[in-house]
Amino acid sequence: MPESLITDIANTGVNPVDSILRIDRMPHIWCPGCGIGTSVNSFARALIDSKIDLGSLALVSGIGCTGRVAGYVKLDSFHTTHGRAIPFATGLKLANPKLNVVVYSGDGDLSAIGGNHLIHAARRNIDLKVICVNNLIYAMTGGQTAPTTPAHSTTSTNPYGTFEPSFNLPHLVEAAGAVYVARWTTFHVRQLARSISEAFQKKGFSFIEVISPCPTLYQRRNKLGDGLDTMKYYKEKSKVRHGTPTSEVGLIMAGEIIVGKFVDRDRPDYQTMMRAQYCESLGERFVEQEEMVCS
Amino acid sequence: MKADPRGVLSGTHFMDGDHACCEGALAAGARFAAGYPITPSTEVVERFASRVPAVGGTFIQMEDELAASITLQGAVWGGAKAFTVTSGPGFSLMMEHIGYAAMTETPCVFVDVQRGGPSTGLPTLPAQADMMQARWGSHGDYEIIALCPNSPQECFDLTITAFNLAEEFRVPVMFMMDEVVGHMTEKVVIPPADQIEITPRRHTRKSAHEYQPYGTNGDGVPEMAHAGEGYNFHITGLTHDERGYPNLTPPVQDKLVRRLQTKISNAADRIARFEEEQLEGADVVVVSYGITSRVAQRAIEAAREQRLRVGKLRLITAWPFPETKIRELATKVKAFVVPELNLGQMVREVERAAAGQAKTFAVSHAGGGVHKPEEISKAIVEASKCRKV
Repeated sequence: MPESLITDIANTGVNPVDSILRIDRMPHIWCPGCGIGTSVNSFARALIDSKIDLGSLALVSGIGCTGRVAGYVKLDSFHTTHGRAIPFATGLKLANPKLNVVVYSGDGDLSAIGGNHLIHAARRNIDLKVICVNNLIYAMTGGQTAPTTPAHSTTSTNPYGTFEPSFNLPHLVEAAGAVYVARWTTFHVRQLARSISEAFQKKGFSFIEVISPCPTLYQRRNKLGDGLDTMKYYKEKSKVRHGTPTSEVGLIMAGEIIVGKFVDRDRPDYQTMMRAQYCESLGERFVEQEEMVCS
Repeated sequence: MKADPRGVLSGTHFMDGDHACCEGALAAGARFAAGYPITPSTEVVERFASRVPAVGGTFIQMEDELAASITLQGAVWGGAKAFTVTSGPGFSLMMEHIGYAAMTETPCVFVDVQRGGPSTGLPTLPAQADMMQARWGSHGDYEIIALCPNSPQECFDLTITAFNLAEEFRVPVMFMMDEVVGHMTEKVVIPPADQIEITPRRHTRKSAHEYQPYGTNGDGVPEMAHAGEGYNFHITGLTHDERGYPNLTPPVQDKLVRRLQTKISNAADRIARFEEEQLEGADVVVVSYGITSRVAQRAIEAAREQRLRVGKLRLITAWPFPETKIRELATKVKAFVVPELNLGQMVREVERAAAGQAKTFAVSHAGGGVHKPEEISKAIVEASKCRKV
């Protein structure tokens, strides 16, 4: 927990991140030792630190354990269908460009069923902040193999061990066009919060991968201990290496985890390009989109 | 309220149904469309893509129909009136989000320019075989509204109706065109904007403190807020309570799903739109919709020349099915003749509503063309011979 946060709680008796949460929905559904709540804490802290206007911030989730984040944040929040958080968020952002739109979802949701949307949103450089909690498995449904599950893991659908190559998500989204790509584990709560704040300063498709334990399914089945053991593992095996080529940050079972900021570049976002194209082609006939509020 | 004149291309045009549908959407206030190319529907969004930058709105071509059908809903929650356009194979992919729109009560329009199926079927040729899919295609219990235009003029007029009904009932509306109506070019009159009535969004006037996303009163239709207005609301496809919070218990499921159904079914007679002709004293009533109604017209007139007493009932709303009307007629007429470009879909509804009070004759066609009027005439003659039940 960041020191400033501890100080805040000590001084006021109130956890400042409570203001971002739907306290009336607690307790949440996540298991003991799960990292999703930790990531939400960093997210909330980033919102407070970066003084983002919460009234113009919308959060969109897909389906799965991380998909439940939308239900716990006191923001305009949308729990959509499996894999479709990004296209929903795309519509939201295009209809109201003043909104800051965050997509908060899991690895299976974003890179398997939603994989096509992930790469196309990165290609278009839609101004979305994507937080992908990667617990290396389908957790909500009971521990099935995900596109991110490292080879030689045991899962409920690969009881004799996985053998498919897994996705290196930072490499995938960089290749597709993301302007900001970072990875942290749930051990790196301050660095994660800082990355989220940084992503809010970027205009374009930003992607932050959060490696997170699933003690109930991934850790247990693979005899990797409990949540605390996983924190020790993250502490020991994570190497902060900013700027590492994303081709070199793939994850292997019980191997080193390269974390840090890998990509930070600028290129025009979708709406900037769209506007420029229309201005050039249509000249005075182009009508600037007003707020589309139709009541 | 009246239409925004910036979207209304007032005047007399020679236009096909696909283009007229696009003009109807613009006149209705749609300023956002997401689509994916598919024959024979693409002309609708091609025109929208060409027109909308000069009207003040956005078109985005998505990576597939799954994306298009949810992107438009993001736009609706961002404040826009929005729609998508597709044909059979794309409509199949969109079922996921027709369910999401029904569950989250997102007002929007899905245009389906029907072609022959199943699967890739007949990409360039007509059918009316998605009628049951429009009603039942997504999983679970829900109601939608579906309209069936039979001319380019109606593609314009009824697209406005579709958007208006979507807003009034907060429901996805299916706009069930077919390839012939989509590609047929006829006169289309677009009235001045001040003669076009537009249903505004049911936007809440409550404060953020009082507002409940799914709280309802009388008519069972909740008020809406948009993202970025300070309401901090939560929307989910999970079973939810009035606050929009997930609540996965049988009583909450029962209350929610019954409301989603009754907000439409209780208003069915008010929503029902049909064209009727010489129903009084008819022995036989031809029930048809879309392009088939225009072929049926020829058969009806031929039968009247033979002094058969034939009435016409053209369904403009297919869903909710105009059950009351059929039930009333069934007590008076000998039989219904139901021609359609499928192997028997809406005829099942006619038969169900008639409940044995009158006979039902299907005139099926597998698609790829339209009926020959003689096929319908033959059925009318046969139906005229039967005895009143």
